[in-house]
Parts: sequence; structure tokens; C-alpha cells
Amino acid sequence: MAYEKVLLKNAGKPNSRSIDVYRSGGGYEGLERALKMSPAELIELVKQANLRGRGGAGFPAGMKWSFLPPNREVTYLCINADESEPPTFSNRVLIDEDPHQIIEGTIIAGYATKTTVAYIYMRGEYCEQFHTLQKAVDEAYAAGYLGKNIRGSGWSMEMYLHRGAGAYVCGEETGLIESLEGKRGWPRIKPPFPAVEGAFRKPTVVNNVETVACLPHILTRGLDWWKSVGPAHSLGPKLFCISGAVNKPGCYEAPCTITVRELIYSPEFGGGMRNGKKCKAVFPGGLSMGVLRGDTFPKRPAGEAIDHRKDYDELDCIMDFEDIKKYDLLGLGTAAAVVVSEDDDIRDVLVNNCRFYAHESCGQCTQCREGTAWMYKVAKRIQAGAGRIYDLDLIEEMTLNMGMMPGMSICGLPDGAAWPIRTLVQKFRKEFEAHIRAQKPQAAQEFIKRVNPAAYDLPILQGRANAATGGTFSFDHYVGTQK
Amino acid sequence: MGGWQAIDRKTVPANGMGPGISDASKEKIRSFFPRYPSKRAVMLPALHIAQDELGYVSLTAMRQIAELLELPPAAVMDVVTFYTAFWTHPKGEKQLMLCRSLTCELLGADKLRERIEQKLGIKDHQTTKDGKFSFMIEECLAACDHGPCLMVNEKMHKCVTPEKLDQILNDPHSDRLDQPRSDLYDAPVHNRQHHHH
Ligand SMILES: Cc1cc2nc3c(=O)[nH]c(=O)nc-3n(C[C@H](O)[C@H](O)[C@H](O)COP(=O)(O)O)c2cc1C
Ligand code: SF4
Ligand code: FES
Repeated sequence: MAYEKVLLKNAGKPNSRSIDVYRSGGGYEGLERALKMSPAELIELVKQANLRGRGGAGFPAGMKWSFLPPNREVTYLCINADESEPPTFSNRVLIDEDPHQIIEGTIIAGYATKTTVAYIYMRGEYCEQFHTLQKAVDEAYAAGYLGKNIRGSGWSMEMYLHRGAGAYVCGEETGLIESLEGKRGWPRIKPPFPAVEGAFRKPTVVNNVETVACLPHILTRGLDWWKSVGPAHSLGPKLFCISGAVNKPGCYEAPCTITVRELIYSPEFGGGMRNGKKCKAVFPGGLSMGVLRGDTFPKRPAGEAIDHRKDYDELDCIMDFEDIKKYDLLGLGTAAAVVVSEDDDIRDVLVNNCRFYAHESCGQCTQCREGTAWMYKVAKRIQAGAGRIYDLDLIEEMTLNMGMMPGMSICGLPDGAAWPIRTLVQKFRKEFEAHIRAQKPQAAQEFIKRVNPAAYDLPILQGRANAATGGTFSFDHYVGTQK
Repeated sequence: MGGWQAIDRKTVPANGMGPGISDASKEKIRSFFPRYPSKRAVMLPALHIAQDELGYVSLTAMRQIAELLELPPAAVMDVVTFYTAFWTHPKGEKQLMLCRSLTCELLGADKLRERIEQKLGIKDHQTTKDGKFSFMIEECLAACDHGPCLMVNEKMHKCVTPEKLDQILNDPHSDRLDQPRSDLYDAPVHNRQHHHH
């Protein structure tokens, strides 16, 4: 059955950014319906829809809203348009193609949460998108959808665009709030959660652009339609990005039933691999969710259960909030896939990943700041042809000692670093090992002699990790080089 | 691609405290106050406006903003140095921003980096002697469907090949947007010759 586009239904229409075109396709009707309900009824509706957040964590929006304290005078709504997770661009496509859908969704979310002021936090590099969205906000004000006594409902809400200035960590909800308040984007220790104490110490909801863009459709098309799209734990239309070594990179809409293979090979989506190459690896949910093995690996024999420790093709992974976890991925993330071809060197992919997180760590937490930088150094060493088999174990151990999961950090950035880096090293271990074995036996020592040996934190490296992994490493290697 | 390197974006300029922002810009910054419950929240808009007027955020501008927002100057410096978008000394008329994240790198961003370095004789975060270009290498610009991509000021250039890069570098209008702009975050006046298209 052909899938009918909802979120992207206006994409490509002439003048799709204008309020007139938006309204002619039924735009702002969802808001009119919402305003006839009470905020409590609206929250209940969104809870029943089980609308899971599209920003990365997949937390149900209705539930998040219900954490707001009942007696409050001020509520802030922050719409997260920081979109900095490589390689994600679906929020950008929504802004480029249909900005009023976002504004309508934001107003509906604002009404449900009794918001007084909504801020749309946009990453600083969104220049064209800023101009587009600001124009749409002006149009919405002029049409009476924003400001005082919206459509005669007695409820008032202002909406302001707030421009960031380049920092991945400002996409984390409390980093965003700090940045909005005019500080460096350092995430806050939780609790208190933003719903209780957020922007300007007041109850605050942070939602992603795509999450609120779903709201008008839940209202106009109804709960039955919503529940008919996708599996029960991942309801509703979803945007998927695909980029890298494919013929048709882009942002596509589908229910959460498509597989990674379809996303790459279907003519409706990625259109197959560029130049007929094979796919070596895919990061299906943005980098931070981890990596899948591609079809350069053999297919899993029929009847055998999924086992992420075995070297099989994993492209049958379904892009929903749950199935993806069977492959040792952190979650659906931003549902943005980047495809690595058989020609690409996995060591370069590792370095690129490590560099990103080392660059973007905000530096507050020791494990995250030091761990990401350390992994980058080790990855560079492997790339330079001076890696040791032991380095793979070392990276693996580092990834297990950072992040919120072991309780070592303020925000989720290092978990998002640990997952791709660990799964890369584990799932592509054979390829890394082959590179390392092809080096000259003395390559590592010579490399260390050339650079500053102190850079490698030798005592720690020799101690815990060595014991933990059973030791592919011998301290003798270092004796001559530390002098 | 290189590892860590000292960048010249945050060093204090040779001209000491540098120029200040105009009264018109101060007025514009004040016009943001009603949008937020605290004056401090006007920090990022204020810095964007100052950088738009001066081409960078001078020490004088930081002090002026501190005064406007009723903060110690160190609080402004603290924010300026956290975000990659702000410069503390003059940058070129055109800022080239090249993405180096995974998709763009797989599609050839590093070749573009080499070519820019070779053609302009500058590396990451440096400015050409004639003041025409500054070069920045950044993480994902959320245009991966058109990788490798390069921003020239506000304009995003998509699927950039080496040939296309040469055209972009030679085109005086390479930063022209083909859509209407909002002047909300612009300075009302400009000290430098640069202007918006
Ligand atoms: C390091 C980091 C970066 C993040 N970046 C973004 C982002 O760019 N956009 C986004 O919507 N959420 C981002 N998130 C998730 C937000 O913290 C938050 O969960 C989300 O905005 C909530 O919206 P949702 O419930 O509608 O998904 C990030 C989280 C972390 C830990
Ligand atoms: S975990 Fe990393 S990015 Fe998050 S607050 Fe700590 S240092 Fe900053
Ligand atoms: S990876 Fe270059 S724009 Fe996203």
C-alpha cells in the first residue's frame, strides 16, 4: 500500500512556505480543534497517541507535559531546532519546506502546556532557515495565531526565535536552557528536571521540531489514523534522513516499519549504493546510536536469532524505537542514516567519530572531557599505522567508563560517543586487526618515539585495562621509549 | 586532517580594546529585553548584533554589552569564548565554513580543505592578508543530503566539487541569498564595508 505523506505533504509545492498555501491544505485547522478542547484533554489525547519525542531520546511527549506542576503561573516552551547530530537534517527540511506546520505544532503544544512564551532555539548556522521561519512567525502573528487572546480563546502566547552560536551540546535540553539564558551551554545536573525547574527557573518543556510537527495531524486526522501508522511502540509518521554513499540522499517520510536495507536500496528512498558498491557500515540513527554491519558481511542464516556479536549483515534492522536495540544500538536517535561504502577505510570512520565527540564535549565532566579526547588520540594512532591490537580493547574499556549509563556524566553526550565508537571497534574488529597486523612490528614504538610519550597516559593504560581484557599488551613495549 | 591546533579566533587583537558598537546597535539590543524575563538572556542576540556591526566582538563591545545586560565583563567573555561563531579579532569579509563530519568527509570534504588551504594560503581559523576570506572547519552543518557542503557567510553551497569551489571563490556574490532576509539579528549600521545581499 502506498504510504500517504503527511509531514512532507507540502514539500515541493510552489510557495509551500506561505501561510496561504499552508492554510489551503488544511493548515491551522488542528489548532482550531485544539482550542476547542481543554489543555488537560489535549494532553490526554497526546498521551493516548503515545507520541514519542523525535529529538533522540524517544520520550513520550504527553507524559513529559504531565510532569509540569499543576499550579503554575508561567510555563516556557523551548522548541529544539539545534539539530547538530551528524548526519541529521530533517528539522531543516521541515523548516525549509513547511515552516507553518512547525509553528502550528508549537502553538498546539503551547496551549496544552499553558505556555506563556515559546522560544524556538535554532542553531546559529541555520541562516536561510532563520529568515524563512522568522517570516512565517510574522505571518502567524498577523493572522492572529500568536500574541494576545489567540483566536478568541482567552489564552495568550508569544513566540520568539532564538539563535544559537555553534555548539552541539546546546541541543541537550538543559544545555539549550542555559544557552537561552545567556550562558555557556553547559548542561545542568538533573534533577530538577526542566518540567519543574527549567528556563529562568520556571517550569519548562523542551520538544523537538518534528515532535510538535506531528500534533496538527493527530488533531485533524484523529487517533485512529495515528494508531494505524507504524507499530504500537513507534506510532505515527516519521522522517528518515539518508546520506553518504547512496544515489539519492535525502529526507524521506515513512512509518517506522521500514528496514535499513529499504532505506538504502529502495528506489523510493536512497535508491541504492553509489557506483554499485557494497555497503560496509551504516549509522542508522545519527552517529550517536551506534553502527550496523552492512552487506559486505554474509547474511544471517535463516532461523538463526539476531546476535550482534556475530559478523552478519545487519541491514534488516527495522527503523523503530525498539527493534533497533536488538542490534546493540542505543535507540532510534534522530533516524538519520549515513552509509559507508566498501571502499572507505574503517579507521577513518573511527577517527571522524572520535574527533566529533572530543570537539563537542563541553568539558564539565572529567570522564567525558578526558575520555573523548583520549579515544581520539588512540584512534589517530591506529589511523597513522601505529596501532596495537591492545588499543581496541583499550577503546572498548574507555567507552564502558563514561556516560550517564555508568553514572559518570551530567548529560548524554558521552553515551552518544561511547555507542558508535564501541560498536565500531567491536563489529569491525577483524578489519582493524588486519590493518594493525599489516603494520611493521615496531610501528607503535617508533610512532611513540616520534611524538611525546607522555601523551598516552601509560600507567593507567597498562594497569586496569590490561587486567580487564586478559592482556594482549605487554609493558615491555614501553620501557625503552619512556626515557 | 590535522589534530588539535591553536586557533587565532579568540586571541586579543593588536589594536587593543578595538572599536565599540554604535548607539543604534545598543538601542536594538535593548529592544530584545521585552522578549525575555532576564536581561542576561539577550546575550546571544547582543553578540550576534555586535559581530554583525564590527565583523567581530571587540573587547570594547564586550564591555558595552556587559553594561547593557548589567553583568561583569567576564560573564560576556565567558560566553564569547564558548561558542564557535564569535570572533574576538577581525575576520575576513567572507567567512568560509567547511563541514568535516562523517557524510561530508566520505564525500570528499578533505580534498576541499586542501584546495582552500592551497588557493588562499590559509588554514583553519585564519584570515587572508587582504582581509577577504576567513576559513573555518566545522562539524555537521545539517546539509548532509548535499554533502560536501560549504557555507559562505549565510549562503549554503551544496555538493561542492573542486571546480565548483573555484567558482565560489571567484564569485563576488557567493554569499548572496536567493530569498528574503529578516533583519532581526542584524546591526542597524555597519562599521566595515561588508553588507548583506
Ligand atoms: C548531546 C546531546 C545533543 C542533543 N541534541 C539535540 C538536538 O540537536 N535536537 C533535539 O531535538 N534534541 C537533542 N537532544 C535531545 C534533547 O536533550 C531532548 O531530549 C529533546 O530535545 C526533547 O525533545 P523530544 O522529546 O520532542 O524529542 C540532544 C541530547 C544530547 C544528550
Ligand atoms: S557529559 Fe560531557 S558534554 Fe555532557 S555536561 Fe558532561 S562534559 Fe559536558
Ligand atoms: S556531515 Fe556535513 S553537513 Fe552533515
